[in-house]
Amino acid sequence: MNEAKTKALAHFERMHLIRAYEEKLVALQQAGTAAGTCTSVGQEAAAVGVVAALAPEDTILTNHRSAAHLLARGANPARMMAEVLGRATGYCKGKSGSLHISVKDLGVVLTSTIVGGELSLVTGVSLSKTMLHEPGITTVFFGDGASCEGIFHESLNLAALWKLPILYVAENNQWQAFVHRREAMAAEQVVAHAAPYGIPGRSVDGNDVEAVHAAARQAAEVVRTTQRPYLLEVLTYRLRGHFEPDDQAYVDREELARWQARDPIRLLADRLRERDGVEAHELALVAERARARIEDAAAFALASPMPDAAELTTDVYA
Amino acid sequence: MPTLTVFEAIDAAIAEELARDERVLMFGEGVATKRADLVARFGAGRVRNTPLAEAVIAGTAAGAAATGLRPVIDLLFAPFMTYSMDAIVNSAGKLRYISGGQFRFPMVAMAMTGAGWTVGAQHNHNNEAWFVHSPGIKVVMPSTAADFKGLLKAAIRDDNPVVFFVDMALGHVRGEVPDGEHVVPLGKAAVLRRGRDVTLVSYAKTVQHCLDAAAELATRGVSAEVIDLRTLKPLDEEAILASVRRTGRLVVVHEASKLCGVGAEIAALAGEQAYAALKGPIRRLAGPDAPAPSSHALEQAFVPQAAAIVDAALSTMPSVVAEPALS
Repeated sequence: MNEAKTKALAHFERMHLIRAYEEKLVALQQAGTAAGTCTSVGQEAAAVGVVAALAPEDTILTNHRSAAHLLARGANPARMMAEVLGRATGYCKGKSGSLHISVKDLGVVLTSTIVGGELSLVTGVSLSKTMLHEPGITTVFFGDGASCEGIFHESLNLAALWKLPILYVAENNQWQAFVHRREAMAAEQVVAHAAPYGIPGRSVDGNDVEAVHAAARQAAEVVRTTQRPYLLEVLTYRLRGHFEPDDQAYVDREELARWQARDPIRLLADRLRERDGVEAHELALVAERARARIEDAAAFALASPMPDAAELTTDVYA
Repeated sequence: MPTLTVFEAIDAAIAEELARDERVLMFGEGVATKRADLVARFGAGRVRNTPLAEAVIAGTAAGAAATGLRPVIDLLFAPFMTYSMDAIVNSAGKLRYISGGQFRFPMVAMAMTGAGWTVGAQHNHNNEAWFVHSPGIKVVMPSTAADFKGLLKAAIRDDNPVVFFVDMALGHVRGEVPDGEHVVPLGKAAVLRRGRDVTLVSYAKTVQHCLDAAAELATRGVSAEVIDLRTLKPLDEEAILASVRRTGRLVVVHEASKLCGVGAEIAALAGEQAYAALKGPIRRLAGPDAPAPSSHALEQAFVPQAAAIVDAALSTMPSVVAEPALS
């Protein structure tokens, strides 16, 4: 099997795992079993393409729409689901819920859901790595919404001044909660803000996982060799609502249909069939395997105990 | 023992901790400019200037603290901390808990406040209660040069985020400060004067006002105990309660506005846990629900002064009132 096909199949499996995870949580929410989550449906290629370009020693900061980043990094979906369901076996002992899951052991640190919070923390994480002579770069995922926060500009300015090896990844998913990006952002693209700070950057089709991956590898290489920041913008679309449930009544039907036709998983499936000659039933098997794994994860989460009430006041102070 | 100003005591603590632990670093607006000696001694990497950007200064500190460094940041004046609130309150204060204990945030955020420099309400706002009310954060507000050094050293060594307030009126006040290793533990109040009849609890500049009031009260035959809280969180509840249980009377004094201030918590503490010992009403003397004025005259009117403290103390003990008490 050629290398591109092997890699594409790995991406495909990971993207399916993410989609299955999110869809399971949607189902659990609709059944009244889980609280609503901010899903990453439609943005799987952005997460998988970037995270696959990172090294184990690299560090990741993410935000409220983090499940794809965590699963792409290899987080255990069972412990993630347990966290969402408030169980003691969750990655954060049930104290995070879906919104701010961090997994320090995987290098996914300090997830903040204050939009832009991750941008204020990433400079410090990168500064630690630099001053403590630790290997690896630091990547931060944020959205077009966060780029409208003042902290985005403070972060870029400081990273440029202090020469911090940070890969900024703007996931421009066209939505800032319930407001379309066009209505809230004067610039057409987030990457436009990089040049004034002397930061190199580019934007890429965020629904094409191979394009994202190639761009992210190149960007990460620039950060590693220059030890300076880089801004990569992935142009994608939030296919579901801001959080579950959300009827998306405010979404333009034609725009949504256009992006649904460019569903990143469908695009990759087409490519695998047409370019690499993978049979449809093989792809179906991959999808089935992902769904089975998520069913196991949900079973683990649902069978896990709730935290003891004594946990209420632990972990407040070190 | 050398005599230092409060500012010199702070400088000494920072220099000593930079020398003691290479993970300690300091940054903020003008930090490197004002502390060129520390830049020369410890290098430009550990003593840094920053842009005028309080949000990312504090966020950078929180991110660095969680991943191995021990930053000290100078946010200059307490009202500027509104720009830093997300990083201090939502990140440093909460992400340890939210993450199920995966991270710790050993960082110190310093800021000046208090009447005395006529800088007005956007440079002077005693907002310490905001941080006391925020989980995961410790709050320190010393009154003596020795404590500024000892508490700052303890704050830098603490594994939690510490907001360290400097009452700017105390900056040039001198006091004896021990050389070298002098660490004052967080969470321990100091009894600065022993007394039998009434407990005066305060912190920062109004501690001296309480000591002046106690001296005046002594001339009237009233023995006042003066407690300097030093740390507002963790609050030394035992020290307060032990004193109130002995004296049976409590006056709480601070410059910050009275409504939901630290004094309210102390009064409630005494009411809940030392009620049986109380012989008179609890009094609070605090600033008004008004922004801090600039005019020196108005600034001083904002701050509870010794004469008012004397009156308040006497009003808790009607039987010994020698003169009419003011409320």
